Amino acid sequence: MAEAQQTQTEVGQEGGSHSSFPPFDASTFPSQLLWFAIAFGFLYWFMSKRALPAIGKVIEDRKARIARDLDDATAMQQKADAAAAAHEKMLAEARANAQALAQAARDQAAAETDTKRKALEADLAGKIAEAEKQIAATRDQAMTNVAEIARDAAGAIIERLGGRPADPAAVKAAVEQVRS
Amino acid sequence: MATDAGPAINPIEQFSIHEILPISIAHVNFSLTNSGLYMLLAVAVSCLIAAIGARGGSGVPGRVQALAEMGYEFIAGMVRSAAGEHGMRFFPLVFSIFFFILISNLVGLIPYSFTVASQIIITVALALMVFFTVVFIGVKEHGAGFLKLFVPSGVPIYILPLVVAIEIISFLSRPLSHSVRLFANMLAGHITLNVFGGFVVMLLGAGAATGVLAVLPFAMTIGLYALELLVAFLQAYVFAMLTCMYLNDAIHPGGH
Repeated sequence: MAEAQQTQTEVGQEGGSHSSFPPFDASTFPSQLLWFAIAFGFLYWFMSKRALPAIGKVIEDRKARIARDLDDATAMQQKADAAAAAHEKMLAEARANAQALAQAARDQAAAETDTKRKALEADLAGKIAEAEKQIAATRDQAMTNVAEIARDAAGAIIERLGGRPADPAAVKAAVEQVRS
Repeated sequence: MATDAGPAINPIEQFSIHEILPISIAHVNFSLTNSGLYMLLAVAVSCLIAAIGARGGSGVPGRVQALAEMGYEFIAGMVRSAAGEHGMRFFPLVFSIFFFILISNLVGLIPYSFTVASQIIITVALALMVFFTVVFIGVKEHGAGFLKLFVPSGVPIYILPLVVAIEIISFLSRPLSHSVRLFANMLAGHITLNVFGGFVVMLLGAGAATGVLAVLPFAMTIGLYALELLVAFLQAYVFAMLTCMYLNDAIHPGGH
């Protein structure tokens, strides 16, 4: 082993024990402890006073920001939902209105048609009644004429057969009897 | 990880201390050595990462920002789960310990650099710092009540003396296991890496025929390096986790 070469590389040749194993060489301990205290002391000071509070704040800020953004998003989502609901409601109302209007129009049209039809029917019924009346009148007239003809004919027949004029009243009664 | 090109490869040499800036106060050698320099380097890198994390920047974090925040939340979660909400005042301490060990271990894995945690005096200093913090905080906050730490509740009275003795021994041996675990892991890992790296060099130097065989230790070195990256993180995590658990004892001495 390069014992001589190794001892050269060790610190503290002027005092203390020279261990062949550098980590156990006590002569290096004071300087290592001093520089450890300096280095670790600075690290602890820097971390506890400067860096860690700031990193904690950065993380908190980001969390707060994310939470706020999420809240905003939720609020916007709710707004959008509300708008969609309002839109749906408006559509439904408009549809209902349209249906009501259409129904009303249909009803009115039906009513008008009904009235017209009824008027027309009444008119037609009147005309029919009138026509029937006329027909009845004409027929009555015709029947009266028939009775007269029958009486005349009966009178004439009786006169020809009997040789004397018949009693008009008897003829009339006879004719009436036959007709009825 | 300094590797000699010669046939005599000394895997211990990488842990030797070199003076860089000789300083002597009252005949005691306080020189800035490679150990001190790499401690300062680890602190500088840790502070740089933390400073970038502290700057915040825009809402979307960058890589270093995300790293700093991940470290923050990782350690904060560790402290909170192990030591409770009261333990959060030790968060900067645990964070500093974790980053000091992690960064110095990772820097130590760069070839030709120096691993601070392979110096037992540093790991002992870290462990004793935690130990005395625990004792100081425990006595300050609970006074004699801190001694409840050694008296677990629900133990039958006739075996209590034995349990108390074991508890005291385990408490006093904490700094030892705490420091030696980190020291031994880093030391052994770096020695192994160096030995296998040395095999590569020796086989290549011995001629073309054996040079082909150098592939085997080389592959081993790559695998070990990956393992050492894991160990570098794991040991920092274990050290910080144990620190949290010991601090929990200081805050809640009766809470076994």
